[in-house]
Amino acid sequence: MNGQNQNNPRDGVIDENLRRVYEEAIDEGIPDRFKSLLEQLKQQDRNSGDKG
Amino acid sequence: MSASDPRDELVEHLPAMRAFAISLTRNGAVADDMVQDTLVKAWTNIEKFQVGTNMRAWLFTILRNTYYSSRRKAKREVADVDGIFTESLAEKPAHDGHLQMADFRVALGKLPDEQREALLLIGASGFSYEEAAEMCGVAIGTIKSRTNRARKQLAELMGLNEDEAMEMTDDATMSVLSASKVSSF
Repeated sequence: MNGQNQNNPRDGVIDENLRRVYEEAIDEGIPDRFKSLLEQLKQQDRNSGDKG
Repeated sequence: MSASDPRDELVEHLPAMRAFAISLTRNGAVADDMVQDTLVKAWTNIEKFQVGTNMRAWLFTILRNTYYSSRRKAKREVADVDGIFTESLAEKPAHDGHLQMADFRVALGKLPDEQREALLLIGASGFSYEEAAEMCGVAIGTIKSRTNRARKQLAELMGLNEDEAMEMTDDATMSVLSASKVSSF
């Protein structure tokens, strides 16, 4: 098997930037629309009869 | 209601799903719509999730399928999205140290979707090659070659190979210089 170039400094820079792009998005937190969507879905399930 | 409804876990995966969607689409509004669709699909199809398996992988599979089916539906819109993205990038001030990141975002956006996706799954989302291959419905080798190509192209777009080239040039220059010195004497 060919070894991956994970220790390559070039890949280090790329990985660091990838992490930062992700962190920025994660730091934004979860928009309220998703929390209320989940609430709505729960509510719908309750209203449409308790199965399961 | 059972005590361990897997749907209670959905919220935990939201930040990772958003990060992936934003990085894949390069557009916050499109990304959030995708995540919303994915949430609804996951909620209503929860019986298809096998308890005990990786829920994040399951959610990402739905997420990427949502992306590709909407891309097929609206090729034109995707072109527009690119334009909007470029604009918003240009508006962002280059804060200290953020210049490289702005370059990186532009470069990431230039990659073909499949390559960007593979790199994000492996390099940022922390999935294994095996998991990514299963999610994308391709061979493990395909994921490996996509990430390798993505890295290579990003490095080229960001000029990260210059250091290597410089070193080589330096050596070459040195030898030429010393050779010319020798010959000029």
